[in-house]
Amino acid sequence: MTAIVVEGCDLRLEFLLRMGDNCLVLGHRLSEWCGHTPVLEEDIAIANVSLDLVGQTQLWLGLAGEVEEKGHSADNLAYLRDAGGFRNFLLVEQPNGSYGQTLMRQFLFDAWHYFMLRRLEHSSDKRIAEIAEKAVKEVTYHLERSTDLVIRLGDGTPESRAFMQEALEMLWPYTGQMFDADSLDDAAIASGLMPDLADIRPDWDTQVNRVLKAATLQVPKEAWLHKVGARSVHTEHLGYILADMQFLQRSYPGATW
Amino acid sequence: MYAQMVKTDADRVKSLDEMEPVERAFQQRIDAGEKIEPKEWMPEGYRKTLVRQISQHAHSEVVGQLPEGNWITRAPTLERKAILLAKVQDEAGHGLYLYCAAETLGVSRDDLYEQLLAGRAKYSSIFNYPTLTWADIGAIGWLVDGAAIMNQVQLQKTSYGPYSRAMIRICKEESFHQRQGYEIMSVLASGTEEQKAMAQDALDRWWWPSLMMFGPNDADSAHSAESMKWKIKRESNDELRQRFVDRTVQQAETIGLTVPDPDLKWNEERGHYDFGPIDWDEFWNVVKGNGPCNRDRMKARREAHENGRWVREAAAAHAAKKAARKTAA
Ligand SMILES: [Fe+2]
Ligand SMILES: [Fe+2]
Repeated sequence: MTAIVVEGCDLRLEFLLRMGDNCLVLGHRLSEWCGHTPVLEEDIAIANVSLDLVGQTQLWLGLAGEVEEKGHSADNLAYLRDAGGFRNFLLVEQPNGSYGQTLMRQFLFDAWHYFMLRRLEHSSDKRIAEIAEKAVKEVTYHLERSTDLVIRLGDGTPESRAFMQEALEMLWPYTGQMFDADSLDDAAIASGLMPDLADIRPDWDTQVNRVLKAATLQVPKEAWLHKVGARSVHTEHLGYILADMQFLQRSYPGATW
Repeated sequence: MYAQMVKTDADRVKSLDEMEPVERAFQQRIDAGEKIEPKEWMPEGYRKTLVRQISQHAHSEVVGQLPEGNWITRAPTLERKAILLAKVQDEAGHGLYLYCAAETLGVSRDDLYEQLLAGRAKYSSIFNYPTLTWADIGAIGWLVDGAAIMNQVQLQKTSYGPYSRAMIRICKEESFHQRQGYEIMSVLASGTEEQKAMAQDALDRWWWPSLMMFGPNDADSAHSAESMKWKIKRESNDELRQRFVDRTVQQAETIGLTVPDPDLKWNEERGHYDFGPIDWDEFWNVVKGNGPCNRDRMKARREAHENGRWVREAAAAHAAKKAARKTAA
């Protein structure tokens, strides 16, 4: 496959990093809950989702390393890039907060992830379509689970509704970025590599509105959305994630583990 | 072990002649190697001992998530992270099966868990030690899961059916954990000088606490006799500890690590390794709550429980609403 280069970036590589980094960062965030969730069953369930995302990271970043042709493995890409090299959404790097905040973040992302992967199964790039086909099976379950939990906790007690509403208001401003195509997205869409984000949007809206309604939660009315710049710009949180995640690889350069 | 200090109520073991007919019949079934099932008659002491042992074991699995969980976010590769996540997830699963087994004895998981949080129930002393480096994750899998297997293999033959079946399931996963831990250690031991030092340091710190996992010496183990008579326990603390030492010393040699015991010596006559005295003061201190991490571990569990209260209440409230809507419809 010949590389499509836009603004000095290999489109395919850029796209793979965007998919992989979302999985990597969110999988990492979820793993922080291990042993600290409200109930043993949730320890197990959240570890499952985290494991799926770590596995998907290996697929996306593994292919990214191949495409890049610099001999980088998925681990090299995960553990040796600095924050500016990461392409994940700001949403997924947000702190876990309360369990409700973690689940709300999961739901808002899962809904995007699911509809994205469903369409990516028809990507013009066969390798990408294959990964999507595998990942969508797992993400179907992720979305079912987070949908169910958002409804149960929203429509639970007055206290739980307040927790969930607060989480929604806190996270909502980060949802805009998921549909805000930049010039690289536009080129990837034009090439058939990825679906048009404008096509995913209505599905996401429908799912999110239905679930939030069942959860008795209100979409923030005059919701302002974070105006996000380049995908290389992050919130303060990513640096700390990487400080943890990359500690051993950075402290013992070249060692194998 | 995961249940190191299980008290029984008897000062001494009754003989068959001294028993009431129903108790004698029960003991005869045990002696014949039959399994006891939940709805069947059992002496109150048998039931209580089992509840203590199974719940201590369950609590150990749950608290045991914490020291290893401490390194999940810092695991050095994606594969190591996935393996560690899956391992800690298995331990949570073990906790669940064991609470279920305990519940067949007429106690509730919530009550048992409250006892743990209130500091009235014990869990294995080993989880009160800190995980300071990545090598500790290898050492835990290798030594702690390795010691757990020694105990749990014999518990597969324990007389209480649900406990025995839980153990059969759990043992398969524990031996997987043990191999993964040993593999981490062998990679480190054959790595850079720094990695090798890390591996040796972890072995130095985890060796003695691992031997303590088997509980006091048989001579000081007042409650073992009754558990043995009921076949709740099938082998003594010292037998299990010896088997663990014999196996582990060779594994350490294979990867070029040194067991931190100057008295360790192969005894041709016994066919076992002799090993040095265990610091029982340290053991009792940790059991009594004064280990390096007892307070941290309990604080983490209490915080998780307290912070999760609204989530559990909401789930219950939602289920009630849903049921009410169904009835109304
Ligand atoms: Fe376990
Ligand atoms: Fe284990």
